[in-house]
Amino acid sequence: MKLLLVYSVRNVWARSCTTALSIGGLALVSLILLAVLMLGNGLNRALIESGSPDNVLLLRKGATTEIASGIYRDQAHVVRMLAGIAQTSGGELLAIPELVVLISLAKSGAETPANVVVRGTQPEAFRLRPQVRLIAGRAWQQGTTEIVIGAQIAKRFLLGGIGSHLRVGKREWLVVGIAEAQGTAFESEICGDVDQLMAAYGRDSYSSLTLRLPDPSAFQRIDDAIGSDTRLLLQVKRERDYYREKSVTMATFIRLLGFTFTLIFAFGAILGGTMTMYGAVASRTREIGMLRALGFHPRQILSVFLLESLMLGAMAGLLAVGAGTALQFVTLSTMNFSTFSELAFRLTLTPASALITMAFALSISMVGGIPPAIRAARLPVTAALHTPGR
Amino acid sequence: MGPSGSGKTTILNLVAGLDRPTQGTIHAAGLTVSQQKEADLARWRARYIGFVFQFYNLIPVLTAAENVELPLLLSKLTRRERFTHVQAALGLVGLSDRIHHYPRQLSGGQEQRVGIARAIVSDPTILLADEPIGNLDRSAAQAIMALLTRLHRELNKTILMVTHDPQAAGYAQEILHFDKGKVD
Ligand SMILES: Nc1ncnc2c1ncn2[C@@H]1O[C@H](COP(=O)(O)OP(=O)(O)OP(=O)(O)O)[C@@H](O)[C@H]1O
Ligand SMILES: [Mg+2]
Repeated sequence: MKLLLVYSVRNVWARSCTTALSIGGLALVSLILLAVLMLGNGLNRALIESGSPDNVLLLRKGATTEIASGIYRDQAHVVRMLAGIAQTSGGELLAIPELVVLISLAKSGAETPANVVVRGTQPEAFRLRPQVRLIAGRAWQQGTTEIVIGAQIAKRFLLGGIGSHLRVGKREWLVVGIAEAQGTAFESEICGDVDQLMAAYGRDSYSSLTLRLPDPSAFQRIDDAIGSDTRLLLQVKRERDYYREKSVTMATFIRLLGFTFTLIFAFGAILGGTMTMYGAVASRTREIGMLRALGFHPRQILSVFLLESLMLGAMAGLLAVGAGTALQFVTLSTMNFSTFSELAFRLTLTPASALITMAFALSISMVGGIPPAIRAARLPVTAALHTPGR
Repeated sequence: MGPSGSGKTTILNLVAGLDRPTQGTIHAAGLTVSQQKEADLARWRARYIGFVFQFYNLIPVLTAAENVELPLLLSKLTRRERFTHVQAALGLVGLSDRIHHYPRQLSGGQEQRVGIARAIVSDPTILLADEPIGNLDRSAAQAIMALLTRLHRELNKTILMVTHDPQAAGYAQEILHFDKGKVD
């Protein structure tokens, strides 16, 4: 039945103008869907993947964010005493105390400044977060007021890069490096020495402690030991879960908004596709009558027109995915609702979202193509043969 | 022959089973056409009936050969066999050199010859032709009539033709006159 395929392809091609228009419409709607999916992927990447499955975050009981949490030095000391925490090759415990504060920074091209997370930490933090990598300069030195800024901060804020100065708390800090973090939230942060940052703010407590699990099963052990210790009053969370909880509200909001729009536009696209195909059926009525007179079955007529509609959908889907590849170079920023800080993320195209988009484009062209195809199949042969026109 | 609206097209449609009589039965090519189910009729039509239309009804996006191949899609022939049949049919109507032309690249007479090749390619018993020369000039019309005559003489095709043209009617062995739905 290759000839019938050729027949469909050439008919789609022959109506190049209407075809292009309806493909364009279908492609735009598919692109909206794809963009929403890519947005979700990007946010997931930025938020959820910031957390590593091997890391455990300790926060004060009741605190839902690092900003709102506080852990005293002696609490941190008790935690360090507990067994089961992974050690570095030097024999030191990987339990990193961090202080998280927010500062207001002037943003390039924006009138109002935005909040940025400053994370006081220790150099070992690079081992806890292997996704963080210096792309320029060097790491800060312990005990100094040197800082490393995330790549997104360097790109989007008026800072001046390596060698420039920045006031955080009561101190003046020197930018010595720029770090990348595979699109995760750390790219939108600034980090430096934890003790210096505490001094700059006159604080005597950390925000959090991050531990590396020696093995995945150790989580339960640590949770039992620390979570139930009444002196400590700390909660134990997998870093992944912490970031996932933070992203849930935002991701749900964006998806809901996006899918609502997609749904509304999808109706439009379906109607557009339906009109196109009704037009095709109307202009080929005699042709359909002739095919029936030759002995073609109504079912074969139906499949020819469905096929044509599906081809429109397939081309629209491919176009949308093509445009989606270009969208990958778009970086967006949003307010991270849980920290009220600026979070930059990139639209991310995954094979799954490309497949979903293709399936979507095919389904709406299918749905739109069914009524005209049924009409074509049901045309009374004698009347169809009698129709004026080509 | 007969005036407009007298039932000429209707009788062809009835013979082909495209239309159903309100009264009486129709026998054609060994079948009681008026008593068949739609699917059986379609199969029977593909095998025993060939159509020639006034406006050719060629598919503009298909070449001459592809247009002629269409009815063979309903047979069990292989690709190669189909192509052999298509070549033979187009040869018979004298269009071997226009196989890969599209309808718009052909003259009206040539288009109608493609239409006839399509009608005979599956070797049907009966050809139904509704004003096959109604749209052609005199010389093209004569060529078509000569071709139809040859199909009848050499290939034993039964040809049922509607025409307004007395000269074309002269080719026929039997002429039926229609008036107001009745045969005179
Ligand atoms: N015997 C009949 N019984 C019932 N209806 C008839 C009969 N003959 C003709 N008709 C009706 O008359 C109308 C015109 O018939 P038809 O198309 O066959 O005419 P025609 O002779 O082909 O005319 P034209 O020369 O204009 O093509 C149709 O609607 C058909 O149903
Ligand atoms: Mg007629």
